Amino acid sequence: MTLQFNDETFRGDYTFHNSPHAVRRFPFPFDRDSYMYSVNIEQHPGGAAGTPFEFAFDVDEHYVSEMRDRAITLAEDAQRCQSLPHMELAGWDLLELIMVSKARDYPHWFELTRDGNAWRWINKPMGVDDSFTFLDASTLPYGPLEYITRQAQGDFALLNERDGNLWLDAGMITSQADWSLDFDVGMNFFEWHAPVPKAGKMGVFDKALKFLLAVNQGQSYRRLNWTMTVNPRLDTSPENYHKWGPEKRSITPDNVGQRQFLRVELQTFWRLPRSNALAFPIRCYLASLEDLCTQPKWGRRLHRVLRDIDPDLADYKGFAVNQPTIVDYLSNFDDGAPTSQGIYPDASGA
Amino acid sequence: MTQTRFSPSIPSRPVYSGLVSCGSALSIMVADEAGAAALTDLARSDASVMDKAHLLLIGVSQATVQELSALTPRSLSQSPTVQGAEEIFDALIAHAAIGTLLFCAGSEGLIGQFSARAMRFGLSPDAIQSEHRGSVARRMQCVHCKGITEDVTTDPFICGHCGLTLFVRDHFSRRLGAFQGVCVDAETPGDIPETVEIRP
Repeated sequence: MTLQFNDETFRGDYTFHNSPHAVRRFPFPFDRDSYMYSVNIEQHPGGAAGTPFEFAFDVDEHYVSEMRDRAITLAEDAQRCQSLPHMELAGWDLLELIMVSKARDYPHWFELTRDGNAWRWINKPMGVDDSFTFLDASTLPYGPLEYITRQAQGDFALLNERDGNLWLDAGMITSQADWSLDFDVGMNFFEWHAPVPKAGKMGVFDKALKFLLAVNQGQSYRRLNWTMTVNPRLDTSPENYHKWGPEKRSITPDNVGQRQFLRVELQTFWRLPRSNALAFPIRCYLASLEDLCTQPKWGRRLHRVLRDIDPDLADYKGFAVNQPTIVDYLSNFDDGAPTSQGIYPDASGA
Repeated sequence: MTQTRFSPSIPSRPVYSGLVSCGSALSIMVADEAGAAALTDLARSDASVMDKAHLLLIGVSQATVQELSALTPRSLSQSPTVQGAEEIFDALIAHAAIGTLLFCAGSEGLIGQFSARAMRFGLSPDAIQSEHRGSVARRMQCVHCKGITEDVTTDPFICGHCGLTLFVRDHFSRRLGAFQGVCVDAETPGDIPETVEIRP
C-alpha cells in the first residue's frame, strides 16, 4: 500500500486537498439527475475494491490530518464528546469493532493483539502503541468511545434502544453538518431529527426507525447523505456558527469552483454485541466543485440536481444563498447529454 | 386563566397535556403564581390528589399560599427564587419513594427545568405531568456559550452571557429543559432582523 497521508488543514488556511485518486473514489451521492429524501439503505461493508464502501471503516489520505483537526476541536470544546453514564459498555463495543476491523482490513497500519482482556493496539499512522485491559476504562487515557474515535475518521453516535425508540445517548461529534451533540444528547430518534424539514411528514423517520430497530447482531448497513459546505471545514458546528458563518457569504463566480464543497456523509449502522446499542458512524467526505467536475458525468448530474432541488432543501442544506452562483458555475459542465445510472464516474472520466 | 394553546410545531417542541389526577399517589407538585391555579383546578377535580402531595411554590403571593394550604397537601414549601426552590426540590426528590409522580405547572421554563432536574434524579418521563399556564416566555440555551437565559419573550434576544444576538428555535432539549438559541447574524454580522414578541 503506497498511500501517503496528506499534511493539510480544515480551518484557517484550508490546505485540504484531494488527490486525483481521492476524487475518483469520492462517494458521489446522486444515482440519478434529481434528489428527494429517501431511506436509501444498503448492506455494508461491500463494494468494489478501492471504493469507500469496500471496508467497514474507510481509511484514506486525509486520516492523520483529520485526527489532528478533531484534537484541535476537542481542546477548545470537550463537550463534543459525551457519553451518558449507561453508555460506557457501548463505547467498548465500538472500540472493539473499530480495532478488529482496522487490524483485519489494514494490517500494514493497524495491529491488535488480544490475550483474554489484555489487549495491545498499534496504530502506525498516528504513532500509537497502547496496552490496556479491555472493559477497564482506568487503563486508557480516555473513555473507550473517546479513545477510539480520536483515532477513527468521521463522527460517531451511539444509540441506546429502549421503549421502542433509539436514544442518542453518546457521541463524538466534531465534523457535523450543523447540529449540536451537547444539545441533542439524550434525545430520542424523532426529537433529534425534529428540525429536518418535510421528511417527518413524508414518513421517512418512521420507516427509518423501524428499519434500525430491526437491525440484528452481526448486521450492518449504510446510506449516503449530503450537504454543501463553503471551504473544506470539518467543524461546521452550531457552536462555532458565528465563526464560520461569514465564510458562507464569501462565494463569488471566481472562487466558487475551488471554495464550494459537496459534503457527503457515509452513514453506517451496526448492532453492538454486549450493549445491544446501535453504532452510527457518520463519515464526512469533502470535494470541491472543481474536483467533482473532472468527472463529466458528475458535473452534468450535479448541475441538474442542484438546479432543480426543492427550495426547502436548498435552505435546510444551507446553500440557498449561493445556489445561483453554484448552478451558473456547474452549467458550464452540463452539455445536456444523458447520464449513466448509478453513482460511479464513467470509466472514460479524467 | 386557562391552559395555553400552542401553535403546531416540530416534534422536539414539548407539549403540555395538562394535569390529570392519579388519585392519592405520592407526588411532588411544583408551580409558579400562574401555575398554582392549575393545582387548584386539579384538586377541585379530585381532592384526594393532595393526600400525599408535597407542594413547592415559587415566587407566589401570600394569597396563593393560603389558597393552596387550604387544599391540605401533605406539605407545602415555598421559595421566592428558582435557585432556592431547586434546593428544596432536590431534598424532596432525593427522599421520594419509588413511584412518586411529578406535577409541574406554570411557565415553560419552570416545567422544563424541573422536569430535567427530576430526570437527572432518575425519575421516568412517564412519571411527569405538566400544564402550561401564564407567560409564554422561554428558557433558552445559547448554543455558542451554553449559558441559559431565563424568561425570553422576544425573538431575537441577546444572550445574557456572551452577548450574541440569538434567534429562538423550537428545538427543545428535555435533558437541559431549554430551547436552543442560535446566532441570528452569524453569516452577516450586524444584520439583525426586527425584534418580535414570541407567540405561543
